[in-house]
Amino acid sequence: MIRTENLSKKFDATLAVDSLTLQVNEGEVFGFLGPNGAGKTTTVRMLTSLIGPTSGSAIVNGFSVGKQDTEIRRTVGILTETPGMYDNLSAEFNLEIYANLYEVKDPKGQVEKYLRMLGLWDRRQDEAGTFSKGMKQKLAVARSLLHEPRLLFLDEPTAALDPEASHLVHDFIAELRKEGRTIFLCTHNLDEADRLCDRIGVFKTHLLVVDSPTNLRSQLFGRRVVFHLLKSDETIATAIRAMPFVREAKVIENKLLVNLDEPEIHNPEIIRALVGVGADIQFVGELRHSLEDVYLQLVKNA
Amino acid sequence: MNKIQTIVKKEWAEVFKKRMVLFSVIFLPLFLSVLPLIILYSMGSMGTNSANAELPEQFQQICKTSMTAGQCMQYYIVSEFLIMFMLIPLFIPVNIASYSIVGEKTNRSLEPLLATPITTGELLTGKNLASVIPAILATWIGFGIFAIGSLIITGGGVLAAALLDPMWLIAIFLAGPLMAVLSVNFSIMVSSRVNDPRVAEQLSAVIILPLMAVFFGQIAGLFILNSTLILIMCIILLVVDVLMVYLAVRLFQRENILTRWK
Repeated sequence: MIRTENLSKKFDATLAVDSLTLQVNEGEVFGFLGPNGAGKTTTVRMLTSLIGPTSGSAIVNGFSVGKQDTEIRRTVGILTETPGMYDNLSAEFNLEIYANLYEVKDPKGQVEKYLRMLGLWDRRQDEAGTFSKGMKQKLAVARSLLHEPRLLFLDEPTAALDPEASHLVHDFIAELRKEGRTIFLCTHNLDEADRLCDRIGVFKTHLLVVDSPTNLRSQLFGRRVVFHLLKSDETIATAIRAMPFVREAKVIENKLLVNLDEPEIHNPEIIRALVGVGADIQFVGELRHSLEDVYLQLVKNA
Repeated sequence: MNKIQTIVKKEWAEVFKKRMVLFSVIFLPLFLSVLPLIILYSMGSMGTNSANAELPEQFQQICKTSMTAGQCMQYYIVSEFLIMFMLIPLFIPVNIASYSIVGEKTNRSLEPLLATPITTGELLTGKNLASVIPAILATWIGFGIFAIGSLIITGGGVLAAALLDPMWLIAIFLAGPLMAVLSVNFSIMVSSRVNDPRVAEQLSAVIILPLMAVFFGQIAGLFILNSTLILIMCIILLVVDVLMVYLAVRLFQRENILTRWK
């Protein structure tokens, strides 16, 4: 669906995107994470043929960026950072304009389909300017889908939305995923990325890492197991830390936190060791590092 | 419906919701049609029937010998208004087109619009037509009102024939559309470079200055407009229009518009 090779973009002396090499496969939800000003929107604009790269190449939907731009624009859907609706035109007319520009065969039918799907049919005659932010965003989502693109770019789809509206957008993205559409989700909402994405790429002018959220957690921190003990002290942590497969062990109150790669294999050994030093184990569970931990670690190291 | 039609339809739906635009499209042609008719009527009732030999040379130059002094004065004054009539194809597009690009930008609707498969040529043609068509129609309808009114007031005859002579027909039906195209593309160029619709409108209004120079030049007696001069103006306008369209397309750089305008 998307393949880039050393894709770069320079604005005068500023390097916005540096040698991005990336592959996004059909049917996956790919999260593109990065801080503000990292070059995420510039990347989306290049991949949707809105701006040209300074160097490198990209193939989107089988078409070459910079050479087959109209074909790319015809076959991808984009949800821009701001909805950008025509505020003094009705919701229905807003969508009809885009249905015609995308050369949709049955514009009225498609407009009705998505207005109904997103719960805006009853408000179709109202001016878009009278809509709440969440409704405008839904209208923009509808606009991006009118021509049934198999590849969809969503640039900060829930930025500035309240939790309820964000939830609706998340549900809709999950629906699109079920339909097998490929989604390039540009966000700095880490919870959103964690919930929706198959793989994420952390980006700060250049690509820092690409993997699934689970693998990234594991690579950076290993996995963390918590042992709830009746009583604990530092000697217990010292004994566990000495085990070769343990990355880190620390005691917080009556909890022993152990970082390791394969808890399924090594937990029994740890339990035996704890019993051996006289610890009384109440519960054992796994703690997940948040994606925020992963992200902050990566961006800090960049 | 093709993409150009869609853009035209969208522009009209948007722009005619703005009172100022609607006012300029309706009021200006009406004002410039009715005012010369009032003058024609009031001067006609003065009843100056003496020969036009008594009039200044400047008047005599443009009047036909068969006209009375009163008719000559009517013709001179109304001729000056007919130059002002040419404000319509210049002024209406300024109102519509100056909003067209910068308005998209302030709405933040330009990025989704440019993300569609529309080409720059289609987009600018749509925006051109959306401004040029109302301007031309308003000019022609205004002139129609003036022509019918002047025929009624003068009862036909030598004055009506002079007022509706080929020079004015060339001006209205040929120079008018060419001026509208010039005005639209100038406004689009300005609109492409500024961030505020009001600034775009004010800067674009500069386009009326050459017409005002013609108006004052004739009043000052520097030259007298005739069919040949208007035809030469049309040729110049055609060349300038081609240049303006070329420049408007060149200056409309999608990348710069999206990335450098804040």
